[in-house]
Amino acid sequence: MNCKSIVREISNYLEEAMEPSLKSSIEKHLENCEDCRVVVDTTRQTIQIFCNSEPAPLPEDTRVRLRDALFKHLNKLRTGPRA
Amino acid sequence: MSASKLNPLQPRTPLPSQVVKDDEGSLVAAAKAGDIDAFETLVGRYERKIFRLAQNITQNKEDAEDVMQEAFLKSYQHLSEFQGNSRFYTWLVRIAVNQALMKLRKRRPNQVSLDEEVDTGEDTMPREVEDWGPSPEERYKQAELGTILSNTIAELEPPFRIVFQLRDIEELSTEETAEALGLSIPAVKSRLLRARLKLRQKLNRYFKQGENS
Repeated sequence: MNCKSIVREISNYLEEAMEPSLKSSIEKHLENCEDCRVVVDTTRQTIQIFCNSEPAPLPEDTRVRLRDALFKHLNKLRTGPRA
Repeated sequence: MSASKLNPLQPRTPLPSQVVKDDEGSLVAAAKAGDIDAFETLVGRYERKIFRLAQNITQNKEDAEDVMQEAFLKSYQHLSEFQGNSRFYTWLVRIAVNQALMKLRKRRPNQVSLDEEVDTGEDTMPREVEDWGPSPEERYKQAELGTILSNTIAELEPPFRIVFQLRDIEELSTEETAEALGLSIPAVKSRLLRARLKLRQKLNRYFKQGENS
């Protein structure tokens, strides 16, 4: 197991989608390789930061404008075309 | 919700928008029966997330607004086809992604091909290896962090940012992402790996130890 193979397996390692023997080879390498430990850790943080991030609120005027337009359409759909 | 979520990540309290509220099934059922207030509750619950998804994919505010409108409109029109085999939100995301991809292809017809071969070779190898120190989420205000994240994801090419968006932000499974984008599972995995490594590299500019601390 070398540094390149660690990088190729990062996703599988973080998702624990791998054979136990491969996982333990990776962990053995990580024990002795500071650079790979940092890469694995900062990749994990990258995913966490994005996954945890909350979407910004829509500006109120945009939200109201879009909501009004949407429900105008939906109400038309419900009532159907006028004869 | 996805089977292969990140077990080594520390347990965290789900954010309000990530909690599948117990009333989702009954709201969907009521909306199916024509209760427009129930549908409005669903819109209110997911509009921010759908707007961010559309903005991240299209990289254009007007397009993102259109995508959000069309996604909610289509979901209402096709609600009777929703079988409840997945979360309502996952189904809504798929509709929004289709709309967003159409917009993106219209603007950049020759640049957006999701299924071409991607090189996941040498240039994915990390170049800068520096610890980030204390959690960036504690060092930055939420709005500031939000700007960093949206600027960073905007720098990725569409095939990578779309796969990352679906897997790691919307938390679709690999299989759901593959199905939504018409990609094979290995293609989703290779794009995701590359997207994660590229984003790590880009975030390194902001988060490496000693910067802004």
